[in-house]
Amino acid sequence: MAVQKQTADLAGLAILTKERQKQLALLLSRVWAWVFLATLVLFFVVSVRQTSGGAVNFLTVRNSQNILVAITPVFLLGLGQTFVIIAGGIDLSVGHMMSMASVVSALAIRGVYNEGAPLFISVVAGFLAAVCATAAVGMAHGTIIAKLKVPAFIVTLGGSFIMRGVALLLSDNTTVIGLPPGVRDYGNESLLYLIRGEGGGIYFLNRPEVSGALLRSMDRIFPYPVVLTAIAAAIGIFVLKKTAFGRYTYAIGGNREAALRAGIPVDRHVIKLYMLSAATAGIAGFLSTLRYTAGSAVIGEALLMSSIAAVIIGGVSLFGGAGSVTGTVIGALIIAVLTTGLVMLNVQAFWQFIVVGVVVILAVLIDQSRDLIMGRMESE
Amino acid sequence: MEQTAVEIKQGAQTREPMLRVHQLVKRFGGLTAVNKVDFEVYPGEVVGLVGDNAAGKSTLIKCISGVHQPDEGEIFFQGQRVRFSRPMEARDAHIETIYQDLALAGNLNVGANIFMGREPQKSYLGGLIKVLDEGFMLAESQKIMGRLGIHIPDFSQQIETLSGGQRQAVAIARAVYWKAQLMIMDEPTNNLGVVEQRQVLELVQELRQQNVPVILISHTLPDIFAVTDRIVVMHRGHKVTEKKTSETDSQEIVQYMVGALDDRRDSYL
Ligand SMILES: Nc1ncnc2c1ncn2[C@@H]1O[C@H](COP(=O)(O)OP(=O)(O)OP(=O)(O)O)[C@@H](O)[C@H]1O
Ligand SMILES: [Mg+2]
Repeated sequence: MAVQKQTADLAGLAILTKERQKQLALLLSRVWAWVFLATLVLFFVVSVRQTSGGAVNFLTVRNSQNILVAITPVFLLGLGQTFVIIAGGIDLSVGHMMSMASVVSALAIRGVYNEGAPLFISVVAGFLAAVCATAAVGMAHGTIIAKLKVPAFIVTLGGSFIMRGVALLLSDNTTVIGLPPGVRDYGNESLLYLIRGEGGGIYFLNRPEVSGALLRSMDRIFPYPVVLTAIAAAIGIFVLKKTAFGRYTYAIGGNREAALRAGIPVDRHVIKLYMLSAATAGIAGFLSTLRYTAGSAVIGEALLMSSIAAVIIGGVSLFGGAGSVTGTVIGALIIAVLTTGLVMLNVQAFWQFIVVGVVVILAVLIDQSRDLIMGRMESE
Repeated sequence: MEQTAVEIKQGAQTREPMLRVHQLVKRFGGLTAVNKVDFEVYPGEVVGLVGDNAAGKSTLIKCISGVHQPDEGEIFFQGQRVRFSRPMEARDAHIETIYQDLALAGNLNVGANIFMGREPQKSYLGGLIKVLDEGFMLAESQKIMGRLGIHIPDFSQQIETLSGGQRQAVAIARAVYWKAQLMIMDEPTNNLGVVEQRQVLELVQELRQQNVPVILISHTLPDIFAVTDRIVVMHRGHKVTEKKTSETDSQEIVQYMVGALDDRRDSYL
């Protein structure tokens, strides 16, 4: 009897450690992106200093802000995409969707301003035009996917071509210019200004009138586009983790059939997801219009790949059911740190693409090896 | 044997059936998957539904649970004629189904699965912002799992990391939590280990204790004999017999399952 009990206890211990191993594997798969990001930053801090003989520093305020500005569009495109992919879908149209939104918002701002509206109202009109136009297209995508059962890949691929055409059509094949000059401030000014040294200081919401060396040494901290994107990220995290909307998204991606049987309005939710994805691309387009004081019909073209890469590096499973907005933030950061760092090391541009590509595949491999480890433990 | 039929009839007269299916027909194109089937389920009763592959068992219960709409015939539930056009309508009437394939989301935890589609929410700012009430979901799911005697080590973990039996238990707990008045189980022990199969069967007994009637589909006759009060046998879309479990044996049931015996035919003799 005693012996039997002892072996039972031992077996219990083995299960416990296996449980621990499983948790460890889970933990590792969850934090690897953070670790990778930290390692990357460290690597660039050291290597940039070394190759420049100590003259250039990777981790400056200005450089960090540049990185944040650089990830804004990539992250926004990835934000809606995160929801869509978690629910088991894909949205290939976000790149050209962003271009379309850029053109539409530029036309709206210019039009409303020329009608005599104040600058702020014109900019708000540009925002609304971008969001409404893209959400409407997203609704069409979602409806065709959910109701007519056409694969999301096909619908959004077609939609992508259509958006590209529409953007070129609306912009008359050229860049939309002639926007009121004040637009530039919305896209480029920031919350804080920092001037170091003599005659410097910190300025909040109010750009100091300086010139020369002082202007050159002025750092802009949290430019408005970055602030808006941070708010969007916070809302995204909240909605996905804390609300029924987020729960439905996971449930549909986890088991669509189960979600249906549980009474979740699956079709309606899927339509909303494609509207969301289109609208975040719309915001990205609007912000690019502010930033460049012009509407561009090609601005989003190159960003589709990067945004999907960010989502995947961030741990969203293409099979649906898993992922987080925080992950996508990290994914976008990793890509931006990589590209910025490689530029500072004077590495030729093609290497950036190669490295990002390798990281994407690596990320998925790490995810899969976790499943493999977990699966093996299960079957033991 | 004569007495049996009378007894069943008498039972029927004294108690209202929970569920009554009358002359139900379901066709798929040229195939009649369910052909003029009658049967009843009484409160607190476990009815076994058996038959060979493609006999029409799943189709029959899918007509009851709102997945399919019957082509002919009627379904009465708690005395009312019902016509469910979607599974949700059947669930709203408290008919819960445990499917052959689990209707759970493996990437969600126990509470999220039990409350899937009916998530409790806390309102803030006068209902402007609604947040999932995770605390309530956790507490309620711990309560119901405890009541059914199911042990879950960690309620926060995704249920795909649970064993098959535990997952099946979650599905059953969900049905019980939502006050099932009729529980339909289509091969609930499929793909389960021996111990887990026993756990599920114990849960079926537990449901009977709580006066929840159960329709149990299974290919495992020993299980059927272990937990049912009555057995309905289907063959090629027809109901070929109905027996009290205590008054038959697996040999006889098998003969009905393969079509060697058929009460409809034999009654012509
Ligand atoms: N959705 C459907 N469309 C067309 N035919 C179907 C459909 N569902 C079931 N059938 C057919 O109806 C018949 C009865 O199938 P059903 O699934 O009800 O059998 P079953 O008794 O549950 O069998 P099993 O024991 O294998 O689960 C089969 O011939 C099957 O192929
Ligand atoms: Mg079946």
